[in-house]
Amino acid sequence: MARAVSTRTRLTFTVIGWLVGFVIFFPILWTVLTSFKSEGAAIATPPQFLFFEWTAENYVEVNSRSDYLKHFMNSVVISLGSTLLGLLIAIPAAWAMAFAPTKRTKDVLLWMLSTKMLPAVGVLVPIYLLFRDAGLLDTRIGLVLVLTMANLPIIVWMLYTYFREIPGDILEAARMDGASLAKEIIYVLTPMAVPGIASTLLLNIILAWNEAFWTLNLTAAKAAPLTAFIASYSSPEGLFWAKLSAASTLAIAPILIMGWFSQRQLVRGLTFGAVK
Amino acid sequence: MATLQTRASARLMMTPAVVLLLLWMAVPLSMTLYFSMLRYNLLMPGMEEWAGFLNYRFFLTDPAFLTGLLNTLLLVGGVLLISVGGGIMMALLLDQPFFGQGIVRLMVIAPFFVMPTVSALVWKNMLMHPVNGLFAWIARTFGLQPVDWFGEAPLFSIVMIVSWQWLPFATLILLTALQSLDTEQKEAAEMDGAGAVSRFIHIVLPHMARAITVVVLIETIFLLSVFAEILVTTNGGPGVQTTTVTYLVYVQALLQFDVGGASAGGIVAVVLANIVAIFLVRLIGKNLE
Amino acid sequence: MRANFLAMMTCSAMTIAVAAQAETLTIATVNNGDMIRMQKLAGAFTEKHPDIELEWVTLEENVLRQRVTTDIATKGGQYDIMTIGTYEVPIWAAQNWLVPLDFGPEYDVDDLLPAIRAGLSMDGTLYAAPFYGESSFVMYRKDLFEEAGLEMPEAPSWDFIGEAARKITDKDSEIYGICLRGKAGWGENMAFLTAMANSFGARWFDMEWNPQFDQPEWKEALQFYIDLMNDAGPPGASSNGFNENLALFQTGKCGMWIDATVAASFVSNPDESQVADKVGFALAPDKGLGKRGNWLWAWSLAVPAGSQKTDAAKTFIAWATSKEYSALVAEEEGWANVPPGTRTSLYENPAYQEAAPFADLTIKSIQAADPTSPTVEDVPYVGVQFVAIPEFQGIGTAVGQQFSAALAGQSSVDQALSNAQALTQREMQKAGYPK
Repeated sequence: MARAVSTRTRLTFTVIGWLVGFVIFFPILWTVLTSFKSEGAAIATPPQFLFFEWTAENYVEVNSRSDYLKHFMNSVVISLGSTLLGLLIAIPAAWAMAFAPTKRTKDVLLWMLSTKMLPAVGVLVPIYLLFRDAGLLDTRIGLVLVLTMANLPIIVWMLYTYFREIPGDILEAARMDGASLAKEIIYVLTPMAVPGIASTLLLNIILAWNEAFWTLNLTAAKAAPLTAFIASYSSPEGLFWAKLSAASTLAIAPILIMGWFSQRQLVRGLTFGAVK
Repeated sequence: MATLQTRASARLMMTPAVVLLLLWMAVPLSMTLYFSMLRYNLLMPGMEEWAGFLNYRFFLTDPAFLTGLLNTLLLVGGVLLISVGGGIMMALLLDQPFFGQGIVRLMVIAPFFVMPTVSALVWKNMLMHPVNGLFAWIARTFGLQPVDWFGEAPLFSIVMIVSWQWLPFATLILLTALQSLDTEQKEAAEMDGAGAVSRFIHIVLPHMARAITVVVLIETIFLLSVFAEILVTTNGGPGVQTTTVTYLVYVQALLQFDVGGASAGGIVAVVLANIVAIFLVRLIGKNLE
Repeated sequence: MRANFLAMMTCSAMTIAVAAQAETLTIATVNNGDMIRMQKLAGAFTEKHPDIELEWVTLEENVLRQRVTTDIATKGGQYDIMTIGTYEVPIWAAQNWLVPLDFGPEYDVDDLLPAIRAGLSMDGTLYAAPFYGESSFVMYRKDLFEEAGLEMPEAPSWDFIGEAARKITDKDSEIYGICLRGKAGWGENMAFLTAMANSFGARWFDMEWNPQFDQPEWKEALQFYIDLMNDAGPPGASSNGFNENLALFQTGKCGMWIDATVAASFVSNPDESQVADKVGFALAPDKGLGKRGNWLWAWSLAVPAGSQKTDAAKTFIAWATSKEYSALVAEEEGWANVPPGTRTSLYENPAYQEAAPFADLTIKSIQAADPTSPTVEDVPYVGVQFVAIPEFQGIGTAVGQQFSAALAGQSSVDQALSNAQALTQREMQKAGYPK
């Protein structure tokens, strides 16, 4: 920022920013705090903020009861796998739509998006039958395929919007120089598109990580990711807040940490290719 | 502009995505279409028989259907309004330099990572419950009557929960769009003596138009299929106040296990979603050009 | 000769292969405390049966139900043992989806509580083995009753409950006379209301499958419930289910709570409950018509037909629902934690009676419920707090929405009942009743 900002303004925004951030973050903070309480303290009124007996018993319980690592690995494989596979299919498609548009491009794009509007609950039985016959029930491959298909329209769409922002004359220039299509992609397009691809990748990992319909309904013991891990702690008969909070904290933590480290990429890529 | 050769290769490059999506769409869709014409309950095998449009008739004449349609629109519209409006404000705020900006930004993004079921459970029981919830405690501390959120304003409560989940997405995309705005442009406008408000309307908002379009489209797609939050908090009640079209399909599919009814409902939902999409594209489609 | 020899070789090779390769049973179960305990203690089983390995899929009730139902109906074959309730068993058994269960004499099948066993059998054959059973009863605060000069009879009437609830209520200090389920759902408010309506002489259907919400008994029952909750219930009651009410009771906000008998062990556990030493129990109320307003439910283990591992699955089920397992739990975690409500012998055991002060009322409640004759007048269906037909989950939830609207004050009792009547009629017509 070239503008000089007075310390006073900066302080004002610091206060407002932290206040708003705190309010939005509060439910999560509350969940994390609850995960260190005993079940009894978790429902106590008046609510106990920091001065309660801190305990790690919920984490011990959660770890002895279910195999966190297995669920975690399944989540990683499924979200990463589906996103990478999706990108592999989507990049050429989005490139073509952005740089060689035809009259029907927009229709194709909208049609792709509309495939996402079929409510998953309505097609559960057909998919379940197909998966049963293909032997894909409770397999990571099956879930990777489903989530790839489910998120492909979003991936294509996001990439398309980034690619559209890449100035066409750069490509024209490359073509004038006689660059082949392959070279065009490798040397010209890719470097400019990397930020966009990176943020699409990250966003889709998040979407796949949180996907809770297919991952719950197509798995049993082997391929179940963290969504199933959480479903084993929510709403049993009896108090469950502290244990659910602990399980949720464990499930959120990896993706939150990933978000923390990749924040810069996430943000840079999302600038919609505003190349100066 | 493009040569014949590039056009051909363009088609080739689009093929995998298009064919796969076509398969993904066509196979289940045609199965769904077929099932929707059957009297087919999973719990009564061997009773399948051709039913014609019976399932459609029952789904469309369900007394809850029209309310469900309205509730769906209110839910999607409400969440879009709050998350986009809030997202713009958050983006403007986070664009200001202040201490600990990175941490605050991550705090704001965090709700996006929470599973819908968990956030619904946490909001309902730990925050919004009129006796044991934190909000009730705050209200009582100030001598106010706690609000019975899910009794008095059930749909609004669900809109709030879902908005909280989607605000981060809007904020993230709008913030990055905002940061790509040319500082010189902003400064030039400032030199011209344009006030903050007019700068926002004439420079910032048009610049964010495309980002807003993306947010609206992507959120709409996801919001149309929201039902975990409804299931956990109100089960569609009281009355049919929080029943949406997707929830009706859920009832057919996973409570009644009526595959015929659920398929018909699914098809109806697709048709409705496409109408919404066409309408949306008309409304904001020019931003895509 | 040679062919014979070869066959013999193959045979023995196969036997060796079977012996060496442990069978893995995938068990789908609900995430309630007793099942979690079973999972913890299952080491004792695998020690005795080294050829059987166990893999657990533990899910919350709603997800579990949709998972196992989809799987069994499509013959997906993902699970070898399923945990299901008394609602599913009659429906699934009628479809021949479940393997009939017959155990050796040491299992002592006659020891199972008759009401529970009847709910899990068809034509005298057991299709699921009960893991734990529950009914519903009244839990109340002895201290509040004493203060108000009231005494809870062992078998109260609805009139007494109504009077007492209003007397105890002190909204200024956040004491609500009675907490009852209000969240819409066939397993939420409708479980309670259906059982309650039974004691008012109401029923879901007459013998020709005509819905009965237009009858005066339903009106009386629903009106009583709404008035009671308006006068003496907590705010937000229309979205309270089992767990919300549990939290309210444990934090001392409720004078009475009528709900599942398993709640007794939670509310009297001093680690969780602020009122653990002040809780008393009584049978579910009645109206003097011969039926009490309590339900019957049993989480049970069943083997899906078509499973390749039927024998191993039966072996496990026999272990998990045996007296031996009860003794194991008692030894490891104390008698109070033994899964309740399945075996007569447990309730005759003095050690259990001492450890669980609510044991006597639990067994009386279970015995007072009869799934095959749940109502005052005759009905064509099985089930106390549900109607064991496939359509019920959907209809029950839709009716529950109407009743929760009446509770939230958004519609009148008459409006709610006439809506319920209309929508039930519609769904039954769609399903092709009367059959």
